[in-house]
Amino acid sequence: MRDVSKTYGAGHTEVHALQDINLSVDAGALVAVMGASGSGKSTLLTIAGSLEDPTSGDVYVGGALLSKMSRNDQARLRRRSIGYVFQDFNLLAGLSAVENVALPLELDGIPARKAHTAGMAALEELGLADRASHYPDELSGGERQRVSIARAVVGERHLLLADEPSGALDSANGEAVMRLVLGACRRGVAAVVVTHDAQLASWADRVVFLRDGRVVDQTMPPPSPESLLEPAPHT
Amino acid sequence: MSVRHALLALLSGGPKYGLQLRQEFEARTGDVWPLNVGQVYTTLQRLERDGLVESDAPDTEGPQKGFHITHQGEEELVEWLHTPPDLSSPPRDELVIKVLVALEVSGVDVHDVIQVHRRYLVELMQQWTRLKEDEAEFDLGFALVVDAELFRLDSVIRWLDTADGRLKRAASEPPRSAPYALPKLRRRIGVPR
Repeated sequence: MRDVSKTYGAGHTEVHALQDINLSVDAGALVAVMGASGSGKSTLLTIAGSLEDPTSGDVYVGGALLSKMSRNDQARLRRRSIGYVFQDFNLLAGLSAVENVALPLELDGIPARKAHTAGMAALEELGLADRASHYPDELSGGERQRVSIARAVVGERHLLLADEPSGALDSANGEAVMRLVLGACRRGVAAVVVTHDAQLASWADRVVFLRDGRVVDQTMPPPSPESLLEPAPHT
Repeated sequence: MSVRHALLALLSGGPKYGLQLRQEFEARTGDVWPLNVGQVYTTLQRLERDGLVESDAPDTEGPQKGFHITHQGEEELVEWLHTPPDLSSPPRDELVIKVLVALEVSGVDVHDVIQVHRRYLVELMQQWTRLKEDEAEFDLGFALVVDAELFRLDSVIRWLDTADGRLKRAASEPPRSAPYALPKLRRRIGVPR
């Protein structure tokens, strides 16, 4: 994102949701964006994922400038290259786990059998092969979120965008979700997770802090974690 | 943390030498709390004096001297495990004090002060989480220690987030006439005057 701003409304009702955002995420990196409610986190994610246009500034995905692309090309990019994970999972209740995962591929014109095979592979990767034929209401909250992550990384996606991905899950399931996101990154996916939860954010390679629509700070590359294990002997 | 009770806990599994106690203590706390050997022997001497442990050979000294827990020691251990530590009064927390002081110092933006601390804490959490990613699954004791530290740091960040929001709301509201609230709080958390 280069100098990205987003303004809603006009005149005295004008709200600057994002102001002059510069943010890049390399392939294989996990970046967390932390901020309070109303800081602009979700707007940042929807603009990064081409679900919404910025008021000004440029957004590049995989080197392609979104504003130069047609609506159709943007839609294709969203189907092929970008995976979304939402707080409430957004699984379709009438489809089984594997059908949910395979859906974006089928929408992209991939034959059903091939999409199903890729869907099964994604579920297997996340330890859910035995739940593939279950419907969302037959899965636990943690399993549903794992299915939604499988859907987000299925095929050749290279950007994963997650909005409070642990939602109402307990901390053990939240940790499992972040391990999966990190696993996708280690296989080359670039990921952005927006959250107010420091425990989730701490899985990221870099944490960016958003306040009132502006990036106000970010973490430095962490020193070796082993330094934590060298405290002075206690008394 | 009570070294005294940690040693009693280790001895409840069977008699051990001093050096062995030190190694097991460090292994079970994931090497996060190093312990020097002098500390182990001083503590064992006190436990023996209080009748909570007995040495196998009272006349010998050094690393070959073995210890076992007494019945009284076992009772003391169980009593300690079931007694919550005293958390009733707020600790004298330097971070809380800094935020309170920042409110009073002109030219200092309290939100910037909060953000400096928030970033530092998140960076620490990143380091702890990385340890968990690499090692914790292989060592239960270590995973528990890392989780405890992550939750402790997380609770401080949550307080900072809440303070940030509260201060923002307070700034947009008309000032209330309650000048006595702060001195009262100062007394409770023990800020030097």
